[in-house]
Amino acid sequence: MKILVPVKRVVDYNVKIRVKADQTGVDLANVKMSMNPFCEIAVEEAVRLQEAGTATEIIVVSVGPTQAQETIRTALAMGADRGILVQTDEQIEPLGLAKILKGVIEEEKPDMVILGKQAIDGDNNQTGQMLAALLGWSQGTFASEIALDGDKLTVTREIDGGLQTIKLAMPAIVTADLRLNEPRYASLPNIMKAKKKPIDEKTIADYSADAAPRLEIVKVTEPAAREAGIKVETVNELVDKLKNVAGVI
Amino acid sequence: MSTLLIAEHNNQSLSESTIKSATAAVQMGGDVHVLVAGAGCAAVADEAAKMAGVSKVLLADDAQYEKQLAEPIADLVVSLAGDYATIATPASTNGKNFMPRIAALLDCSQISDITAVIDANTFERPIYAGNAIQTVRTSEAKKAITVRATAFAAVEMSGSAAVEAISATANSGLSEFIGEELTKSDRPELTSAKIVVSGGRGMQSGDNFPMLEKIADKLGAAVGASRAAVDAGFVPNDYQVGQTGKVVAPDLYIAVGISGAIQHLAGMKDSKVIVAINKDEEAPIFQVADYGLVADLFNAVPELEEELGKIGL
Repeated sequence: MKILVPVKRVVDYNVKIRVKADQTGVDLANVKMSMNPFCEIAVEEAVRLQEAGTATEIIVVSVGPTQAQETIRTALAMGADRGILVQTDEQIEPLGLAKILKGVIEEEKPDMVILGKQAIDGDNNQTGQMLAALLGWSQGTFASEIALDGDKLTVTREIDGGLQTIKLAMPAIVTADLRLNEPRYASLPNIMKAKKKPIDEKTIADYSADAAPRLEIVKVTEPAAREAGIKVETVNELVDKLKNVAGVI
Repeated sequence: MSTLLIAEHNNQSLSESTIKSATAAVQMGGDVHVLVAGAGCAAVADEAAKMAGVSKVLLADDAQYEKQLAEPIADLVVSLAGDYATIATPASTNGKNFMPRIAALLDCSQISDITAVIDANTFERPIYAGNAIQTVRTSEAKKAITVRATAFAAVEMSGSAAVEAISATANSGLSEFIGEELTKSDRPELTSAKIVVSGGRGMQSGDNFPMLEKIADKLGAAVGASRAAVDAGFVPNDYQVGQTGKVVAPDLYIAVGISGAIQHLAGMKDSKVIVAINKDEEAPIFQVADYGLVADLFNAVPELEEELGKIGL
């Protein structure tokens, strides 16, 4: 079984981002970039399926700037076999991205696509579901466990009230939630090996996808700051404030 | 210019988040219709018909919609979408699951997790785990919207819209519901509770959570947790408050033994009053807390229970 894993290069999750003074966006100059954490989980899951003998080939694809090669290399060091970089310096919206990925899938014909459930920059949580729609495939989103069962895929999903289990027709789209697995750190020998693995360079035009932006970002601003509170000395004082000042109990 | 609001429900009653999302739908202007898709869910349609500002309720009652799986819901909504400029739903795990599928089938963009309606085509939404707010405008003929319900007040239940039964679309058979494990609790649901008491890594063990439950029961509160507490296995994952868990905005949020990582703050910083109890006075949670108590939680929490008892709770 062939698995495709799309990955995104984003601001590292430990970085405290700053909004640009001109309100055009978030300052990305000299900021540490990493693979989106949910994408790492997706790569890990694919690698585990390969180690279990279920997957035969893992292809990693990233749509982004030239530096996204580093993100692909990270995935190759974790165990993926080869990469595809669809090079663009434009900000691609989820629908456009899904259209590009559809083109990649029509060429590569994977049996399953595993993605992160959302990227931690735009927080859209859309691409996997959109891709499933464009392909007419089933979708198992926010997965915390997956198991292949003949020609069906059983997916346990994290939902608001707890967990839900569904059975999907293959081929399927899976989006990874936090508890699907704990991604490995790539070992030094694997990092060296990854340097020799192939990365194909493509452009959006290669897939004749319409990925032009449709949304206008009017502005990006800082969230409203909370006013500084006070420290209370005792539990008794706390309860008094909550009851008599804030009036919430 | 009209909006179709897809209701979230459990086939018995409408979710609070739907009633709040209706406010966002009304703010977009034009007629608001509500789709109730489920199985044996006529009571939900009747409830939806009471939401002020709603002019019609469409009821699709069919076994395939019982669990609101993405594939059949998307096919149904796409069959109805011709008449609407906006398709909206609460940004719950359900809405987040099916809405992008609908958007892609309609070849329109989705604007996720809106927290404010500026005008019919312009919205505010959080990005980077709530560390920045993006104002985004669309000029497309159709748009899909998921609503962060905690950012909106509930509409009045004073309306009386007509309920119209509609027929189901063919089932693609792509997905099948197998089962679910729902956390059972007599306490209020996290996202709609007026008071939330949450524990973090400082709780040290799941065995210590009953301490918080006692407080919660005195206050009629829901119990939540930070991602650290969930990842450490103290409590199930649906307790998680944060960017990757649930977003809550209660009147009172009590954070116990929670340091206040960015990802947790994103899920609770819109609470009206925040209390932090932590023994580390440098913990970032104190920067957002209205009332901070620097204390060992294992002393402070039992004492809090006692003090609440003294005021008759």
